[in-house]
Amino acid sequence: MAEKMTYVEASREALREAMRADETVWCLGEDLGRGSVFGQYLGLQEEFGPERVVDTPISEAAIMGAALGAAMVGTRPVVEMRFSDFALCATDELVNQIAKARFMFGGQSRAAMVIRKPTGMWRSSAAQHSQSLESWYTHIPGLVVVCPATPQDNYSLMKAAIAADDPVVYFEHKNIWGMEGEVDRSHTVEIGKAAIRRTGADVTIVSWSDTANLADEAGARLAEEGIGAEVIDLRSLWPWDKATVRASVAKTGRLIVAHESVRVGGFGGEIAATVAEAVPGARIRRLGAPRSLIAYAPNLEDQMRVTREMIAQAAREMVK
Amino acid sequence: MSEPGDDGDNRARSIALLRMMERIRAFEEQAILAAERDKLVLGAIHPSIGQEACAAGIMQALRRDDILLSTHRGHGHTLAKGADPLAMFRELLGRAGGCCGGKGGSMHIADFNVGMLGANGVVGANITIGAGAAHGLKLMGSDRIAVDIFGDGAVNRGPFLEGLNWAAVYALPVLFVCEDNQWSATTRTRTVTAGEGAGARAAAMGLPVTTVDGNNVEEVAQAADQMVARIRSGNGPEFLHAITYRQTGHTSFDQAAYRPEGEAERHKREDDPILRQRSYLREMGLSSAELETLHAEAQAEMAALLKEAAATPFPPDSAAFTDVQDIGSPAKEAF
Repeated sequence: MAEKMTYVEASREALREAMRADETVWCLGEDLGRGSVFGQYLGLQEEFGPERVVDTPISEAAIMGAALGAAMVGTRPVVEMRFSDFALCATDELVNQIAKARFMFGGQSRAAMVIRKPTGMWRSSAAQHSQSLESWYTHIPGLVVVCPATPQDNYSLMKAAIAADDPVVYFEHKNIWGMEGEVDRSHTVEIGKAAIRRTGADVTIVSWSDTANLADEAGARLAEEGIGAEVIDLRSLWPWDKATVRASVAKTGRLIVAHESVRVGGFGGEIAATVAEAVPGARIRRLGAPRSLIAYAPNLEDQMRVTREMIAQAAREMVK
Repeated sequence: MSEPGDDGDNRARSIALLRMMERIRAFEEQAILAAERDKLVLGAIHPSIGQEACAAGIMQALRRDDILLSTHRGHGHTLAKGADPLAMFRELLGRAGGCCGGKGGSMHIADFNVGMLGANGVVGANITIGAGAAHGLKLMGSDRIAVDIFGDGAVNRGPFLEGLNWAAVYALPVLFVCEDNQWSATTRTRTVTAGEGAGARAAAMGLPVTTVDGNNVEEVAQAADQMVARIRSGNGPEFLHAITYRQTGHTSFDQAAYRPEGEAERHKREDDPILRQRSYLREMGLSSAELETLHAEAQAEMAALLKEAAATPFPPDSAAFTDVQDIGSPAKEAF
């Protein structure tokens, strides 16, 4: 039974259901009682009380570190970092502590938690509130990295993330909080499985987060032009669905990887290299932001964007 | 409070405190030998020689199911919390059967079975984790408490402020302990610390502060008993500032030539917590032979355990890929 929900409502509903089902699930972060910056927690403190929906000081390191300690004694925290940029204040806690807590102690401990990091460009938010840093976390063994692009996936993947016994870094894109879509509460998504958003025989377009939506729109335009684009939304970057991507490129012989983050050192490079090794002869292109900073002025900000037209144009050039 | 000769219980407790300090000292002396003479300990170890009174005095106030977070200088705390010294030696030697399966070594020693949730290689990082453990315990309605031990160097890191503030705001059941050995690695802490230091900073956040002679194990134990009782009854976090002295260098390999000549020797001679507790017990009527037996038993125990640990194999190579994560596990795909 599907119902209409926005992207922000979808993960909120998933969290609400998880909190109803398991009293060890709790949330901590700044301003949660007021719903947090984007309304992700609206109404939850009223339902679950201030002990389970905790308004914290502006202390990112303590939010992250406390969540680890609380996870080690058997609770399942959902950590709100407000903006992925601010999570950098808690890098030691995430990278040196949470990611290593299970291995370093020989499996005595687990750090089952979700770390929510609203990500991406959001009109005129400038250099410290707009970054896409998901590739950093793919480099850290111990972490799971999830980047949902639709209301259904934000519902299903949030449920999967809360249920996981691993620390899951969960990137929600700020530009699509209001995106509406059908959500079926009974629909589950396994972390690590991509969604084939559109099938086609000419070119494979791999993306994630809001750029996957742009890729899908580019695919629609290409279809009108007679170009068959297979659009794959990875949905998670670690693990990422190599098998689906490999099979698609084996069929099309062409791969475009498109992401909002800076192209240099971006996860697109990992995908391109993996496909180059696995599918000999495949033609590969990468689209990502220039290695520069995101500005406040809209025209400057736009210089950093990967647009649907750029994706479509890359496909046209490849199949020519 | 107890005075010499009060009753048998006090005497037994004083002996137990000395025995634990002797065992910690013996453990670390064997560990240093294993590092320097035998090349069996491969990584750095940070001895707590001279600081054993903090470990012994505080841990005796805790229950087995209470939580402990410690530092890179955590052998003593871990042993006193009840961890198995054979598993600890194996860990230092990177062997199978080590408390962390040989994956952590000295700096990440942990024994979750006795509530010891880890030493930490990052100074101050355990402060927020300990506060969080207390937060989790409170959330679950438990009467367990957490103890968070760190050194004087940690009071200059951000997590000190964030973690203490957090614990105070949520009135968490956590005892913060600044085990002040006066050295931040190889720099004297007071030369890089503004204001009045650890206790004043904790007091500024509203935590009750108790300062003790951290080389007097009886004083540490009494303070810990009182503080733990208040914390367990729900009175919120407290701060213990235990002033001690690091008799070794920062690591076992550090000769500490940066210290004024004679400083460490004076501490070893006049302010060693084990020598002081022996004197105290002599006043209580213990004979030199009894004291010597305590010492010899600890030495023999640890020497035998080190030998046993050294005879243990290394973990299987495959362990490099286990206990990382379930989803996207490197045991299935590491690339």
